Amino acid sequence: MTRNLRYLIPIALLLVILPYALPPYQTILFSYGLIFAIAALGFNLLLGYTGLLSFGHSAYFGVGAYAPAFLVKYFGAGSMELFLLAGIFFTAVVSAVFGFICVRYTRIFFAILALALSQVLWSLALKLFWLTNGTDGLRVPTPTLLGGLASDVLGSAETKLDFLSHRYYYYVLAVFFLCVAVMWVIVNSPFGKALQAIRDNETRAEFVGVQVRRYRWIAFLVSGVFTGLAGSLWVVLNGLVTPDILYWTFSGEIVFLTVLGGFRTFAGPILGAVVFNFLKAYAVGFTVYWQFLLGAVLVVIVLSMPTGILGTANTIWLRLRRAA
Amino acid sequence: MTAFVQCLGFTLSSADILTAQILNSLFYASILFLIASGLTLVYGVMRIVNLAHGNLFALGAYVTGWALGHAVGWVSGPLLFALLLAGAIAVAAVGAVLEPTLLRPLYKRAEEYQLLITFGLLLVLEDMMHWLWGPHPLTSGALPDLVGSATIFGATYPNYNILVIAVGFAAAVGLWAFVYKTRFGVILRATSQNMRMASALGVNVKRVYVQAFTIGCFMAGLGGAVIMPISGAVLGMGIEALILAFVVVVVGGLGSLEGALIGAIIVGLVRTLGIMCFPEIELAVLYLIAAVVLLVRPEGLFGRA
Repeated sequence: MTRNLRYLIPIALLLVILPYALPPYQTILFSYGLIFAIAALGFNLLLGYTGLLSFGHSAYFGVGAYAPAFLVKYFGAGSMELFLLAGIFFTAVVSAVFGFICVRYTRIFFAILALALSQVLWSLALKLFWLTNGTDGLRVPTPTLLGGLASDVLGSAETKLDFLSHRYYYYVLAVFFLCVAVMWVIVNSPFGKALQAIRDNETRAEFVGVQVRRYRWIAFLVSGVFTGLAGSLWVVLNGLVTPDILYWTFSGEIVFLTVLGGFRTFAGPILGAVVFNFLKAYAVGFTVYWQFLLGAVLVVIVLSMPTGILGTANTIWLRLRRAA
Repeated sequence: MTAFVQCLGFTLSSADILTAQILNSLFYASILFLIASGLTLVYGVMRIVNLAHGNLFALGAYVTGWALGHAVGWVSGPLLFALLLAGAIAVAAVGAVLEPTLLRPLYKRAEEYQLLITFGLLLVLEDMMHWLWGPHPLTSGALPDLVGSATIFGATYPNYNILVIAVGFAAAVGLWAFVYKTRFGVILRATSQNMRMASALGVNVKRVYVQAFTIGCFMAGLGGAVIMPISGAVLGMGIEALILAFVVVVVGGLGSLEGALIGAIIVGLVRTLGIMCFPEIELAVLYLIAAVVLLVRPEGLFGRA
C-alpha cells in the first residue's frame, strides 16, 4: 500500500491541478477519459476479476445516461445528485434482472446473452419515439451541483465551457476518486477474493463453499452500477443522449479500452480509458478512417501485447531491473 | 394486442397479401441462412465466434455492387448473374488469407482474445469499405429489372426475389450434401468433434480450418451478393446483419447447420410479421426470442450440447 501511495499521490495532485495547466478542450477530454475509466473499472470487475466477458455493457451505460434525460423530460429536474441517484437506481434494477439471466452461463454464451439483452434496450430506444425521441435523442441541460452549494464565482458570467472544464471536471474527479476507492475495497475484500477464486477455478471455489452463481450475480450488479454511474456523468458532459450509446459496438469500445490498458491489473482499465479517449479524439480529428486505426491497434495488441499497456510496461520494467 | 390480432386476421384473410408475406419471409430467411450458415460452420469447426462475419457479408455486397456497376452496358443478360458469384469468390479469397494470418495464432489462447481480434477486424473492414467505395450506398437495379415479376395466387411478386429464395435453398441443400455426403465432410465433422484425435489420425487440421473458414466466408459473400441488387451496399449493413445472424444461430443452436436453416425461417417469419403488425418492438421481440431460447435451451433448438 505504501508503495502504491508513492505513485498515487503525485498522480492525484496532477489531476487536481490539470484544469489550470491545460486548455479547456483538453480538460474536457480528460473528463471523458475519467468517466470511461469509471465504466471500465466496473466492467473489469467482471472481466478481470470474475472472468466473464460481457459484450453488453452499453446497456448499463445507456440506462445510466437515459435516466437523467427522463428526469429532465418528465419532471424538469436539474440537480446533479438526483441524476446520479436515478442513474444508480435504474442501472441497479436493469443489471439485477439482466445479470440474473446472464450468470447462468459463462464464456461465449454469457457474452452473446449479454449482447442480445443490450440490443433489446437499443432497439426500444430507437423505436419508441414518444419516449426517447428516437435518433434525435434527448437533451440534458447544465444541472446544479451539490444543490447550488458549489456555484461558481463567475456567477451568471460562467459559460457552458467554463462549467464543463472547471466545476464539472472537479465533480467528475471527486466521483472518480470515490469510485476508485470503493472498487479498491471491493476487490481486496473477501468478496473480491472469492470472485478471483471463481475466475481461477470455478469447481474448487464451489467446493470451498463459494456460492458461485450468486457471487457472479452480485459482481454483475456492482459492475452494472459503476458503468451506469459513468453513463449519468457522461450525459451531462455530452449534453445529449441518443440510442447510439446503447448499440453493441459501444460495448465493444468498453472491452477495447479495458484490454488496451490491461485487464489483469487494477489500474490498467483506468489507464486504458484515458489513453483510448485521447487516441480516439485525435484519430477522429486526424482521419475519417479512425475505426481502421483503432481496429488495427486492437489487432496488434491482441497479437503482440495481450497484457495491455500496463502489463507490458510491467514486464519491461521487471526485465530491466533484473538486468541491472 | 387487439391491433395485433386485427392485423393478423387481415393478413390471413386475403390470399394475395398472405402469399406475398410468406414469400417475403422466405426471401428474408434465405439471406439470413446464407449469413448464419457461415457463422455457425466456422463456430462448429474452430469454436470461434467471428464478429467480423457480418462485415464479410457486407464486403460481398460491395464487391458485387462494384462489379455490376462496371459491367452494366458491357455485359448483357444472363452473364450479369454470373457476377453475383464474383462477390462470393472475392470474400472467400479474403477469408483464405485472414484465417492463417490473424486467427491461427489465437486458437490456443482464451476465447476473449478471439472475440477481440475479430472485433478489431470488424472495425478495420468497415473502414476499408468506406475508403474503397466512399460513404454513399452502391445501388444497382439491373438484375431485378432484367427478370421482371410474376403473379402468384393474385400477388405480384418480383422474380428476382424468388431467385434469391431458390439460391438460399440450393445453398442449404448443397451445404448439407457437402458436409454429410462427401469425404471432405467426414473430415470436417471429425475435426469439429475432436481436433486432436483427427490430427492424430492424419488429418491436416490446419488445412481443414482454412477450408472451413473459406467456405464460411463464401456463404457470407454470397448472401451479400444476392441482396445487393435489392437493398444496395450500405455502410453499417454488416454490423446489423451480424446481430440478426446471432439471433438465428442462437435460436437454431451454435454450430448446427439444420439449426441455422430452421432459425433463419423462424426469424424470417417473425421479422415479416413484426414489420406488418408490431413495427415498434419488432427488433426487441427478435432479441428477446434469442434471450429466451438461450435461457431455456442454451444449446439451441437443434444444437448438440
